[in-house]
Amino acid sequence: MSEHPVRIASGQGFWGDDLEAPVRQVEGGPIDYLMLDYLAEVTMSIMQKQRSRNPAAGYARDFVPLMERIFPACARRGIRVVSNAGGVNPGECARAVAEAGRRAGVSGRAKVGVVSGDDLMDRLDELSAAGHELRNMETDEPLASVRHSVRSANVYLGARPIVRALQGGALVVVTGRSTDTALTYAPMAHEFGWRWDSWDRLASGVVAGHINECGAQASGGNCLADWWTIPDLAEVGFPIVEAHRDGSFAVTKHPGLGGAVSLRTVKEQILYEMGDPATYITPDVIADFTTIRLAAEGSDRVRVHGVRGRAPTPYLKVSIAYAAGFKAVGTLVYAWPDAAAKARAASRILRERLDRLGLAFDRVLVEMVGWDATHGPLAGEPPRDLPEVQLRVGVRGPDRAAIERFTREIAPLVLTGPPSVTGFAGGRPRVQEIVAYWPALIDRTVVEPQLSVDFVDI
Amino acid sequence: MATIPLLELAHARSGDKGNTANVGVIAYEPSDYPLIRDRVTADRVVEHFRGLIEGPVERFELDNLHALNFLLHGALDGGGTVSLMTDAQGKVFSTALLRMEIEVPDEVAERVRGRGRVPAAGPGASP
Repeated sequence: MSEHPVRIASGQGFWGDDLEAPVRQVEGGPIDYLMLDYLAEVTMSIMQKQRSRNPAAGYARDFVPLMERIFPACARRGIRVVSNAGGVNPGECARAVAEAGRRAGVSGRAKVGVVSGDDLMDRLDELSAAGHELRNMETDEPLASVRHSVRSANVYLGARPIVRALQGGALVVVTGRSTDTALTYAPMAHEFGWRWDSWDRLASGVVAGHINECGAQASGGNCLADWWTIPDLAEVGFPIVEAHRDGSFAVTKHPGLGGAVSLRTVKEQILYEMGDPATYITPDVIADFTTIRLAAEGSDRVRVHGVRGRAPTPYLKVSIAYAAGFKAVGTLVYAWPDAAAKARAASRILRERLDRLGLAFDRVLVEMVGWDATHGPLAGEPPRDLPEVQLRVGVRGPDRAAIERFTREIAPLVLTGPPSVTGFAGGRPRVQEIVAYWPALIDRTVVEPQLSVDFVDI
Repeated sequence: MATIPLLELAHARSGDKGNTANVGVIAYEPSDYPLIRDRVTADRVVEHFRGLIEGPVERFELDNLHALNFLLHGALDGGGTVSLMTDAQGKVFSTALLRMEIEVPDEVAERVRGRGRVPAAGPGASP
């Protein structure tokens, strides 16, 4: 039990984020916890594919060398790390992290907690037989319609198993598909001994988690409001939540680092990927984001309080990935004069050739990068003296051969289409398999008894 | 009354949930929020994005943050990994919405002129 604020630093907002950010969080000032979010919806299916080739793979590999770098400081200062880097193979991830700890010289001084039980891949048929249809939350179709194409299926877990791992003394907690927000509010629930029906406190923790989960997006990165005034993004300080027992907290960052924490940066992040703000559903609580109270507290510090919450639903969300055909995107660049007219003409010629070849696609999308690719019709007609434009054509469909043939129809346009064209040096476009996302709900009583928390000594 | 782009009154951030884009619109000045709430209706947003989104628009009010949240359904060509769009994750629907022209009192237009853009630089530039 602690009475000083608990400092939970965000170190990673997705797999592929700034690799130096977590090191800056550890070295830049005092923190108690470091949370690292590595998972997006698609990430799980990529990891599932990696594990099918190699039983020891299927987790965020960047996490291991990172831990090796920061282990000595974490062990010395008692900084605990909570991460969903485990992906579809938290056990192997924890083993690799323990080895990294031995290499870093912290043997006998730390252990790794592992949360597992979120992976439903091997239970799908059993669940189906028991009447769990796993209907798509957007289309209402039962999972049976794509069962043979399913690549991964993981339940979003909340904070409870992470808290068990922290109670068990883990310096590092590795999970699979935990919710992003739980990585931040589990340390709060643990430190303050919150009851699991303290809805307002838990909801406040969820807000803290939502602010932390995208890294620098809360501390000046990707901030639209006066973006040119935000200092030193080259060495941006990721957000730090300073949490109190009553659930209220401040958002801040290390003073020596770049970026900014202001009402504007925090509001932008609160609204990011927001649905109905009054009903932000997590496994542990439903948070009401319309009750959030913000107050600027001096330089790079925003206080958050007043958050209300209510009991969660009887369901947990399942993230299912399934194979859904193929796609490819080809590009060419057309130069002044009449760049847009040339690109449009090339697009017409390409479409006609695809038709003559009898190729059928579910979807063909033509965009003009430099003119309408981001704002569509809102961009209006291109200016007559547009200096250049990139023609970008995408196709999608179930037939890999048709997509493959499309990729061979781009380069010929260079010699057989409109003039002043370049930008084809990258070669043929690549055919990509589409792994699509299937969100579903499952009765939590089916999942929760299967959850386990194990420990690996370093 | 004057017509100005929403860009001069509000900042915004957008993201995705499946095939739905969300746009959060935040008043720069709390005192301008009621004006934004009155003018930027779900119907106007539907009209604004005609040809760019397929489904309906939902609007939520966050008076506590002086902000509105819009859900633009059917905006992302299937979304995520399925979409062929450059902006498959709806990251720049934010500024697309801020293009909207809205009517405001003259004194408001005068006060916010040039907001949301990098200040012009060079000789004779305004501060």
